[in-house]
Amino acid sequence: MNPLAVLASEGELENPLLPPLPELVIGLIAFAIVFIFLGKKLLPKINSTLDERREAIEGGMEKAEAAQAEAQQVLEDYRAQLADARHEAARMRQEAQEQGASMIAEMRSEGERQREEIIAAGHAQIEADRKAASASLRQDVGKLAGDLAGRIVGESLADAARQSRTIDRFLDDLEAKAAAGATKAEANR
Amino acid sequence: MSANEMLAFETNCHIFDGCGFPAPGLNSFLFEPLFTVGGIEFNKPMLLAVLTTVIVIGFFWAAFGRAKVVPGKLQMVGEAGYDFVRRGIVYDSLGKKEGEKYVPFMVSLFFFVWIMNLWSIIPVAQFPVTSIIAFPAALALIVYVLWMYLTFKKHGFVGGLKNIVGYDKSLGPILPLAVVLEFFSNVIIRPFTHAVRLFANMFAGHLLILMFTVASWYLLNGIGFAYAGVSFVMTVVMTAFELFIQAVQAYVFVLLATNYVQGALAEHH
Repeated sequence: MNPLAVLASEGELENPLLPPLPELVIGLIAFAIVFIFLGKKLLPKINSTLDERREAIEGGMEKAEAAQAEAQQVLEDYRAQLADARHEAARMRQEAQEQGASMIAEMRSEGERQREEIIAAGHAQIEADRKAASASLRQDVGKLAGDLAGRIVGESLADAARQSRTIDRFLDDLEAKAAAGATKAEANR
Repeated sequence: MSANEMLAFETNCHIFDGCGFPAPGLNSFLFEPLFTVGGIEFNKPMLLAVLTTVIVIGFFWAAFGRAKVVPGKLQMVGEAGYDFVRRGIVYDSLGKKEGEKYVPFMVSLFFFVWIMNLWSIIPVAQFPVTSIIAFPAALALIVYVLWMYLTFKKHGFVGGLKNIVGYDKSLGPILPLAVVLEFFSNVIIRPFTHAVRLFANMFAGHLLILMFTVASWYLLNGIGFAYAGVSFVMTVVMTAFELFIQAVQAYVFVLLATNYVQGALAEHH
């Protein structure tokens, strides 16, 4: 039996474009329930979760950025410190060099000064010794010569003044001769 | 059981048996009531519509009910679907700022329509609920009311009317014609096509699958066995094709709804 024929005879075939009311209402209600559940409850929930996730990701990125910045800062500080230290070392080295140079110069001048002093003292000493020696020698030689001459001549040269003048003149002659000899020797040298 | 509810398999009618091809037709879309609740006779499509509600809510409840920052598998699938509608449809035409408000509606609409379509190839159910015009019509009606409401809310009464009829002074002498055409197109034809596009696609798809299924059975006699095999392969192919069409039609339905909303919110030129 053909079902179409049965339906046609029963007059049940409706226009498929005419919406039956119960179905329409059920459709509206079914969709409304879906919309209410999803729109009011479930989708806001997932939205907040998605926001949370985005924040978590962004927060993590921010943290990483902060750590990187900190590391960069530390590196820069370290570099600056290193440069400072190098600078300081160079400065100290230079200072030490300068100090050493000045110390050497100072010591040199001190040494020179001491040498001069020693030399001058030596000269003075020598001069004084020479003078003393010369004085004592002159006295001794004068006395000896006087005595000798007195004995030889048999005449006391009592007059000390005259005696002394004679001796002096003699000695001066001697000295002049010696000086002339020394000058000559110097010139020859 | 009345004849119109009988399946082709139950007719035990084969080719060369002197019995005509029990072609599927409008009768395949008519159902006897299964049971009655509060004076309303529940038939199969109604039951499937209610089940659709349960499934859509159930799925999203399972996926998003205890949403975590680090998603589980189900949540990830749910998020993918949610994001598809949100970014792929709503943000695309309405923009992120204006569209956000309509995301829940469009997401609900998409999954509701899709699951209703999907019943077509679910064993035992095997009937697309949207091939009953009442269901697409109900959804199109909601979109239509939303569109009207938004138009008049945004532009006021006169501005809303102008927006609806596409009032544009620069059209000059053809302005009256354009206004009449736009009015018919937007106010009368559009909700109709919106509903019928979905309905007709599902209706035709179901009819095609039914056709090849019935033929596979009907041809099982003599030389007909060869043709029955071809027909069965076609049933499988059409089922796979329907799977694709169901998703596309749900997508198109929601895309159009979004475009209508966009048209309502757009400044008239």
